[in-house]
Amino acid sequence: MKRKWIILAMLLIVPAMLFSVSCAKKAVMTEPSTTDTSAADEAARQAELEKQQAMDRQKQIEEERLAAEAAAATLAAEAMERDMMMAENRFTSENVYFDFDNATLDYQAQELLKQKAMWLRDFPEANVVIEGHCDERGTNAYNLALGERRAESAKAFLVNLGISDARLTTISYGEEKPLDMGQNEEAWAKNRRAAFVLE
Amino acid sequence: MSRRRLMFVMPVLLVWLLPWTASAAQYNYIDISNPFLRKTPIAVPIFQTAAQDPTAVEAAKAASALLEYYLDFTGYFSISDPGAFLEDPQLMDISGAGIRYRNWTAIGAELLVTGGVVIRDGDAEFELRLFDTVKEKMLVGKRYRGSPDDHRQVARRFCSEVVFAITGSRGFFDSKIAFVSNGSGHKEIYLCEFDGTNVTRFTHHNSISLFPDWSSDGRWIAYTTYADKWPRIRMQHVRENRTATIDKPGLQAAPAWVPGKFELAASLSFSGDQEIYLLTGNGKVIKRLTGSMGIDVEPTWSPDARRLAFVSKRSGHPQLYIYDTISNRVQRLTFEGRYNTQPSWSPKGDRIAYSAMNDGVIDIFTINPDGGEPVQLTENQGSNEAPTWSPDGSLIAFSSTREGKSRLYVMTAYGTDQRRLLSLPGEQSNPKWSPNIINP
Repeated sequence: MKRKWIILAMLLIVPAMLFSVSCAKKAVMTEPSTTDTSAADEAARQAELEKQQAMDRQKQIEEERLAAEAAAATLAAEAMERDMMMAENRFTSENVYFDFDNATLDYQAQELLKQKAMWLRDFPEANVVIEGHCDERGTNAYNLALGERRAESAKAFLVNLGISDARLTTISYGEEKPLDMGQNEEAWAKNRRAAFVLE
Repeated sequence: MSRRRLMFVMPVLLVWLLPWTASAAQYNYIDISNPFLRKTPIAVPIFQTAAQDPTAVEAAKAASALLEYYLDFTGYFSISDPGAFLEDPQLMDISGAGIRYRNWTAIGAELLVTGGVVIRDGDAEFELRLFDTVKEKMLVGKRYRGSPDDHRQVARRFCSEVVFAITGSRGFFDSKIAFVSNGSGHKEIYLCEFDGTNVTRFTHHNSISLFPDWSSDGRWIAYTTYADKWPRIRMQHVRENRTATIDKPGLQAAPAWVPGKFELAASLSFSGDQEIYLLTGNGKVIKRLTGSMGIDVEPTWSPDARRLAFVSKRSGHPQLYIYDTISNRVQRLTFEGRYNTQPSWSPKGDRIAYSAMNDGVIDIFTINPDGGEPVQLTENQGSNEAPTWSPDGSLIAFSSTREGKSRLYVMTAYGTDQRRLLSLPGEQSNPKWSPNIINP
């Protein structure tokens, strides 16, 4: 019976001892931090400093990145503005040309008008006066009528491409405002045109 | 002032005046089919005066010289050379009874004008007669009172009488011509007398102004102008500061007043398509006259205002068409060539003048409004455009590049006697002859 109690005690004590041993070990491990305070402070400061420096570096990189981005954005904006100006210049400087005594749009004229329609979609605030012109041959009242047909057919093509009718006005100058005063087919061909003027 | 006075007095018919209304019909001086083919020789001795009266001498010389000039301008006459005269104009009998007709037929003159000028108390009295030297009789006798400075009007009035006695038509001596000139740097409307003298500027828009057209009372001129940016028609009073406009968007081109009415036709594009409309003189649309997609432009009225010729591209090329306002029918008039524009209906009604382009050169033709063969009036002398008839239908004014720059010229209805009308800086175009304006 007595032996039973010893065994029971052993069963209880041995784990308890084991327990206490592990506890003792743990206490030893934590000893330095709790006992040597000055060294720990130094380390912490060091860490803090490093952390600060890292943050500063990070900030600097970030600022540099932002500056670069801003510069790039400015450049892009400038480039875009240049592109816009060029697009606008192309829109207003490229004329649609016609055959003699004719107001119908050939393939080239239609392609050019499609580009103009794209520009008009990009700039929905823009309103345009389409001028119809003729060469000096023929008679001036008829040419005034023909110039209007030219401006109107250019307008109708743009309206068919979805450009609002209200943004497009036509005016005919007939043969009254030639671009080229020459009296040859080259000059006449330049003068038989629809021109685009921003309002 | 002096002019008004002349009107006031009006020519007093002389007691021995012949019944010239009958005589005009009886005598066949002028070949009606082409009266300009053979010109009638006419002698115009300097009008007689009392030798000691320098004012009268001056007025007589000026009046007879002008009469010669106007007679020549009509294209009907050849003026006999004064150097060949067998009688002293200052000594010959001018009244009729003592005229030695053989002295005039001997030098080829078939007609003779005699005249005398007397000045009393500053008033001038012009006594003028026209004789047929072959039939040995007087055709016209007129007495005019006014100031000595009225010799221009006297010469015109009497020339009108001579033309009436010979052709049965009153001539164009009370007419003017409106035209476009860019001499100022801009195309403006100008006016001048029928013979190109006395040029005055009518518009001051510093813009582009085109296509003047006279109302049939001569009081209004309608024209297209860019003065307000867009090509719009303006009806402007010739003397008073009055204008009217047409309140429609789009192109407003080439107006044409209706004969005898304060209405006009014009090509308007406000509907999105060019059509010719009838409008009031105040610019209100009365009704649409044409109804065809595409270009319809340049109306011109028949003198009875029943028919309207115009240019349309409905066949693919500009051609002349005639719209009948009663039947509402439209008929094509020109079939030759691919570019016929600028129709102008003769005030006599029997011809329509127009311009046709062939091989890049424009020339003037006439055609019967009921169809037929066109007759070519100009050839091989630059481009000739914009024909317009004198009010009697005897002459046609037009623009031509025959001397390089575009200038105004005049010719007979048959294309003869082509001559320059005036010399101005810049280029001139779009002439439009007015009706005879009796009370401007």
